[in-house]
Amino acid sequence: MAAYIVRRLLQAVLVMLTVGLIAFAMFNYVGDPVFNLVGQDATAEDRERIRVSLGLDRPFYVQYARFIGNAVQGQFGTSYRVGMKVTTLLAERLPATLELVFAAAVISLFVGVPLGVYTGIHRYGLLSRAFLTFSLVGISLPTFLIGILLILVFSVILGWLPSFGRGQVVSLGWWSTGFLTKSGLRSLVLPAVTLGLFQTTLIMRLVRAEMLEVLRTDYIKFARARGLSERTINFGHALKNTMVPVITIMGLQIGGLIAFAIITETVFQWPGMGLLFLQAIQYADIPVMSCYLILVALMFVLINLAVDLLYYAVDPRLRADRAAVAGRSV
Amino acid sequence: MKRSLLALGACALALSAAWPADAQKVFRYSTSGDVIGMDPHINNEGPTNTMKNNIYEGLVVRQPDLSVHPSLATEWSNPDPSTWRFKLRQGVKFHDGTPFTADDVVFSFARVNSEQSDMNTYVGTVKEVKKVDDYTVDFVTKGPDPILHQNLTLFYIMSKPWTEKNNSAKPVRGTSAEIYANRFTNGTGPFKLVERVPDTRTVLEPNKEWWGKPTHNLSRAEFKPIGNNATRVAALLSGEIDMMYPVPLQDIPKLNQTDGVKVMEGPELRTIFLGFDQARDELLYSNVKGKNPFKDVRVRRAFYQAVNIEEIKRVTMRNAATPTGLMVAPGIVGFDAEMNKRYPFDPEAAKKLLAEAGYPNGFEVQLDCPNDRYVNDEAICLAVVPMLARIGVTVKLFAQTKGKHFDKIGLKENRNTSFYMLGWTPGTYDGHNPLYNLMIMKDKGSGSNNSGAYSNPKVEELTMKIAVETDQKKRLEMLKEAFRVHKEDFGHLPLHQQALAWGVRTDKVEKIVQRPQNDVDLRYVNMK
Repeated sequence: MAAYIVRRLLQAVLVMLTVGLIAFAMFNYVGDPVFNLVGQDATAEDRERIRVSLGLDRPFYVQYARFIGNAVQGQFGTSYRVGMKVTTLLAERLPATLELVFAAAVISLFVGVPLGVYTGIHRYGLLSRAFLTFSLVGISLPTFLIGILLILVFSVILGWLPSFGRGQVVSLGWWSTGFLTKSGLRSLVLPAVTLGLFQTTLIMRLVRAEMLEVLRTDYIKFARARGLSERTINFGHALKNTMVPVITIMGLQIGGLIAFAIITETVFQWPGMGLLFLQAIQYADIPVMSCYLILVALMFVLINLAVDLLYYAVDPRLRADRAAVAGRSV
Repeated sequence: MKRSLLALGACALALSAAWPADAQKVFRYSTSGDVIGMDPHINNEGPTNTMKNNIYEGLVVRQPDLSVHPSLATEWSNPDPSTWRFKLRQGVKFHDGTPFTADDVVFSFARVNSEQSDMNTYVGTVKEVKKVDDYTVDFVTKGPDPILHQNLTLFYIMSKPWTEKNNSAKPVRGTSAEIYANRFTNGTGPFKLVERVPDTRTVLEPNKEWWGKPTHNLSRAEFKPIGNNATRVAALLSGEIDMMYPVPLQDIPKLNQTDGVKVMEGPELRTIFLGFDQARDELLYSNVKGKNPFKDVRVRRAFYQAVNIEEIKRVTMRNAATPTGLMVAPGIVGFDAEMNKRYPFDPEAAKKLLAEAGYPNGFEVQLDCPNDRYVNDEAICLAVVPMLARIGVTVKLFAQTKGKHFDKIGLKENRNTSFYMLGWTPGTYDGHNPLYNLMIMKDKGSGSNNSGAYSNPKVEELTMKIAVETDQKKRLEMLKEAFRVHKEDFGHLPLHQQALAWGVRTDKVEKIVQRPQNDVDLRYVNMK
């Protein structure tokens, strides 16, 4: 078991190094950072001097090697755009993204699962059909459109909720939280719903399909024959057995939520890592981009590892078939 | 644990309730991007300079009508053509209480002139700054510089003791530097920095000790950048912010129809134009081999007269543009309303000109265009394609992101273009700046953005003379003459000045002054 974890962690390092290498190879195509750094009146010599001082005159693999060399010593450089340490910047933005992702995941679980159960039990009910139609919207509409629509309805027309930002935050050590203030919670609603909508509908459809499957099995028929109440059958026996794939998918989707957060954060000016990354791309802010990409790669690897370990815990059969687990990839 | 968390929550709630919401004159405004750092001597970027201008002051200040007025200096004179003597204002204090003296000016000059600074262009002509006494300084220039005072509006003065104490004596950029002065400020200006959370908010409060008489009535100003256009419009409509810019063109009518909201429009200082490669003997991107059609003034004129600028204004720019005949906007020294008239749009005449030049069937050429720099930049280029097709010229459009575009047409790739789009704002508010940067190829450093290597001996001679002429009247005549020669030579194809559009909540904002630089000077904001 320990050997397995160590092996996965070593793979994680390899994945991060690869992501970094690809990232540096691509930075050549996002434009010239020096153009953003200097004004239009700067002379060619000024530009060249800054290019050299930032090491941008070197080929990408040399830049990459320098980056890794510094990273090993804990130096991740300074943002070209804001002039702050990248580690400080990311640490400031991390709580915003994680809180948003957390809220979206909670919404998708607590809305998606009950809806899935309901539509699974009442297959032909009018309300079920309504939910299913609605879920199509959640799956097919792009995130930014949903966000703009929510802003239009709840901020502009009704005036209930703020349209942008994170509200007032409270610092708990280095962690800044919006969970403890009214304005922080109010600001969280629209982005969290926007971000969570896709996952909600996904989970709902997943639970529904699993429920339909399970409800047809023999042990449910036996449970009915024993005269158990519908409630006990549906929630005590059926739902429990649908949860294994839901947990798996949910775990993997957390990574997806972090990735999707880029769009949601842009629409709502949510000061998280996604917004930082997008602005970094526009500005060709190489230190921020490289750090972010490697951090996200790390998160994906860790989440996958956690999911794999959960598999072990949940399903004893898998322990016998280690190779199949290790071979599974994102 | 649970209880302490609850208590913390209650505390936070109480705090947020106690937050001064709209009790006072709070002005909340937004634009598409955050300012990039607070160090007055690193980044040279319009919106950033404006934010710093609220906190820091130069020896002189530019008022909304673009004229230059005394600020930290009370008066100035030229003892000889290469010396500017400034008398400094007495009794001025920095925000931390230290007094302002000539030492701070000398120190700030050394700092802005250091290698890492991008603001050094504004003192590029200055050889040294000498302290005469505590309240007098001499700026000695390398040669006569008639417009030094125009440039000094962006030379901000820092406190020597404060900057040295905080290890910020040199501006630093680079991969391992984080400098105190880039996050914290200490100026003499009418506003103090209270809080700064990058990309989220920058909060200013008035400096009660300021030497001048405030022309604003604010008790607090909050700058909150919102990158997404639609969200920014929504935030204005919902009243979460009081003012924002730019308003996307398609939203202008909608905002104007909303109660309590108004869009203020006006011309910007930036002139958008097209340029031709006139140096190479064969164009890089064309089917004409062995010669360069753009060397012929008739071809350049044909292109000019084939472009229907009114159509671009009406359709592409939705009327938010001012067509121009000159390479500079109104308000720039050297602008002349009479000369700003364009040659008429006349495709028939254009066709004839092309035929005379030996291209009766036109030719093929590639147009390089940015797609995220100016208002509807790619759309303008797209509109030009069929206009030129009417006179037989096949234009292949190559549009890409600004960073790549400017590398391609710029010196980095050795002016790798045949036909290109560019926009230019004279940083000095003076016509010499576009002449020097865009229209000549003379001394080292000139023509850095002259992507077509346009070169006309007459324009070049005038430009070099203008640079050192201290007689303002003679100088102005020469500026106009240079612009006239360039216009008649069809050196470039000027298009328009894009309009700036500000969305303002008129139910909250009493008065706000729109400047052509497209930025908000908090000195001139008054709330109801």
